[in-house]
Amino acid sequence: MNRGLWLAALSCAVTLAAVDARAEETIKVGILHSLSGTMAISETSLKDVALMTIGEINARGGVLGKKVEPVVVDPASNWPLFAEKARQLLTKDKVAAVFGCWTSVSRKSVLPVFEELNGLLFYPVQYEGEELSQNVFYTGAAPNQQAIPAVEYLMSKEGGGATRFFLLGTDYVYPRTTNKILRAFLHSKGVNDKDIQETYTPFGHSDYQTIVAQIKAFGAGGHTAVISTINGDSNVPFYKELGNQGLKATDIPVVAFSVGEEELRGIDTKPLVGHLAAWNYFMSVKNPTNTAFIKQWKEYVKKNSLPGGDSRVTNDPMEATYVGIHMWAQAVKKAGTIKVDAVRTAMSGQTFAAPSGFTLKMDETNHHLWKPVMIGEVQANGQFSVVWKTSKPIRAQPWSPYIPGNEKRAER
Amino acid sequence: MRSVPSAERRLLTLLMLLTATAARAGEAAPPEPRPPTTLDAAALDRLVKPESREETIASLVEATDVHALPILRALLEGNLYLGPTAVLVDREGALQDALTGAPASVDREQLEQVTINNRLRRTLERAVAALSLLEDSPSGRLAAVRVLQDNPGPEVLPAVQKALAQERDREVKEALRATAAMLALASPDPGQRLAAIEELRKAHAKRRLLQQREVEKDPTVLAALDDAVREVDLALERAAMVGLFFSGLSLGSILLLAALGLAITFGLMGVINMAHGELLMVGAYATWLVQGAFRGSRHFDWYLLAALPAAFLAAAAVGALLEITVVRKLYGRPLETLLATWGASLLIVQTVRVAFGAQNVEVSNPSWMSGGVTLLPDLVLPWNRIVILLFSAGVLVGVWLLLTRTRLGLLVRAVTQDRQRAAGLGVRTPRVDLLAFAVGSGIAGLGGCALSQIGNVGPELGQGFIVDSFMVVVLGGVGQLAGTTIAAGSLGVVNKLLEPWAGAVMAKIVVLVFVILFIQRRPQGLFALRGRALEEG
Repeated sequence: MNRGLWLAALSCAVTLAAVDARAEETIKVGILHSLSGTMAISETSLKDVALMTIGEINARGGVLGKKVEPVVVDPASNWPLFAEKARQLLTKDKVAAVFGCWTSVSRKSVLPVFEELNGLLFYPVQYEGEELSQNVFYTGAAPNQQAIPAVEYLMSKEGGGATRFFLLGTDYVYPRTTNKILRAFLHSKGVNDKDIQETYTPFGHSDYQTIVAQIKAFGAGGHTAVISTINGDSNVPFYKELGNQGLKATDIPVVAFSVGEEELRGIDTKPLVGHLAAWNYFMSVKNPTNTAFIKQWKEYVKKNSLPGGDSRVTNDPMEATYVGIHMWAQAVKKAGTIKVDAVRTAMSGQTFAAPSGFTLKMDETNHHLWKPVMIGEVQANGQFSVVWKTSKPIRAQPWSPYIPGNEKRAER
Repeated sequence: MRSVPSAERRLLTLLMLLTATAARAGEAAPPEPRPPTTLDAAALDRLVKPESREETIASLVEATDVHALPILRALLEGNLYLGPTAVLVDREGALQDALTGAPASVDREQLEQVTINNRLRRTLERAVAALSLLEDSPSGRLAAVRVLQDNPGPEVLPAVQKALAQERDREVKEALRATAAMLALASPDPGQRLAAIEELRKAHAKRRLLQQREVEKDPTVLAALDDAVREVDLALERAAMVGLFFSGLSLGSILLLAALGLAITFGLMGVINMAHGELLMVGAYATWLVQGAFRGSRHFDWYLLAALPAAFLAAAAVGALLEITVVRKLYGRPLETLLATWGASLLIVQTVRVAFGAQNVEVSNPSWMSGGVTLLPDLVLPWNRIVILLFSAGVLVGVWLLLTRTRLGLLVRAVTQDRQRAAGLGVRTPRVDLLAFAVGSGIAGLGGCALSQIGNVGPELGQGFIVDSFMVVVLGGVGQLAGTTIAAGSLGVVNKLLEPWAGAVMAKIVVLVFVILFIQRRPQGLFALRGRALEEG
């Protein structure tokens, strides 16, 4: 009896020591994406592509002679849980960096944790700006790299010359702030408040009947465009309702900021042809880097027999995750250490040839990527065809000039 | 292009037609003679170049060149490609030369799709519709006229007039006449503009009336415009009210489907089943599995018919298992039942997560449930919602018949009203409990099958419905089918009526507050009847 207990304790100690010894040989990084709940539709493939990228880096010998070891946690679309899991990653797993979050509410939730423990978060999704943390690198778009150009396009002759705007979003910080910026921007273009309508729905909302009817009624008053900041799986019932109620893109186009190839997977996109999305990358972009990226992804999906199989696609936040992890690895190599302060300094000015076909640069001062802007129309096969894009990457403005008071904010 | 005098253009078209016909007559009977068209190599080249596209399409329409239709359709549907040497068309997976129709064998990697944007799509849709006026079946022609009414442009007028001259079908002819009148909105003659306004009023084309009001100078026409806008506004408001009422009914039917099973297990049997939502989820997953089995089959459109019994049986089986393992041991102990079934619900959710993954699964609508029926010009009722509305009515009738016309129903009611006496009369009450619980669960499965057609199917599907289901049953009066039905319908309608002015978030809050107040005033619900739950409470 007693001897058995001793043996158990001994084997425990040995295992612990073994774990410790192994930890010496790897560099741990955290992957903080919802794998269940309303955001799983978007975030699961970010986890997958992160694992793929880490595998690629390891296949080339890892960083600083060590393998990179991913620690995957599931914060389950639960915002306080994001903070808990982030704390666990930083204090218990002692990760060198964390790649994660989609919704701004989850980012806001983990931000104090990263600032308190001096961690490093790579955030791969377009967002509303109005934030700049020493501890975050933003590899998604700021409003001037997505929202503002998209609205400018809708107002142009090619985009249909919209004069009225229906701003529809999920009820949280990203849509509300983006719409505040857009409203100020539209005012500056001479659009009156009576031609702007703002509507919000809760997370996971699934009944869009009345909202689509409201859009139709609003659209009778002049050339109208809908700007959708709906996030998560609510998009599926929203687009289904659009199709079923016969709201056509040639009549009232819907431009979405959080809908890409992944969210449209599994929706019949034939009735949705012509609706738009604004991003910094589309799977349909043709260039050798993207061809290789898609091939690598398809092979990874096949090798690991991920759910969805052949129907799996790439999208903008996946590209941003891919770029973010590679840039982190480059910065660690340059710094020669995984210490956060050194890596942060090494990050500035890093460049990477991205699948979007452009060489992206991490800005020297503002922690944001320079990104090209692309506007695509939904095709019958669920892909986007690019109808407008910038000729080169543009610099992010995290503090929107359309929000009063921001002129005085100095960029750190 | 527009500056070419029309007589000259007509002559040109005539000449082209003549030469084309001559060429056709001269050919030595080829396998498929190419129809005469103005769309030659040069025109095709202009058609695929972004800068000259629009005028090329306009000139094809003005020349009423119906033989250009296949190419225009291919461009509209994204089936036109730039090959290394020629422009190619993808016809059902086979590549052909766009001009000659000869099969082409080119590596797809080398092809570049000719892409269009919304602006061009509008022009193209109009062009295809204008040209279809001259050749399709009457129903096709009518559809084409409707497209032109929604999306008018000055260049389609010759095609409309030509079609009007040769149209035989009365309905199509009337629609064409109306379209021709509408197109005269830009005419310098005020009389024609008045006629156009009259037609636009009938078509509820508010946007175009408003646009005209901005530029109109003539006071009589302006007055007519004001009248028309006012009248269209009224009609739109009426359509919006009907639409709102319909969405309320639709939401009500969904609530009813979610709550009907609970009306039996909770309403009649008094079991507080927190795993009820998970039974909906099981039904939805069963639907998904059946859909998977039908994928690729030519009967795919009818997979739902097979999914209904599957969803019923799957949920009934899970329900029976739940009854035998958990609920049976706890009859008469509501608090313990609540906790135990809540635990069971977590167990079911986690099992599904492990078995099928945490992500939502895709359940697609069969083609006959996609799209909608247009009641008024501004009111489209989606087919999936209509089908679900009818389906929930059917399930309701089924449950009512089951409870009032079958032996099982009789026994269930007997056990509900007086368990001891029923047992004393020889009714095997445990068996009745099991059957009733399984049937209630099976009905939840049917609800899940219907839910899969409008919402997302994922492991958490049930959790969104558990509160709503209990709310409906309690509000309606425990143990009352009629109460459940009325409660579901009115909750749906009230929710939807509140939504436009309060927003989706506030509407939900207001409804919940209303239900709380109502239950405080009237704890027995809308309808009161003796049920086990009440007797024991």
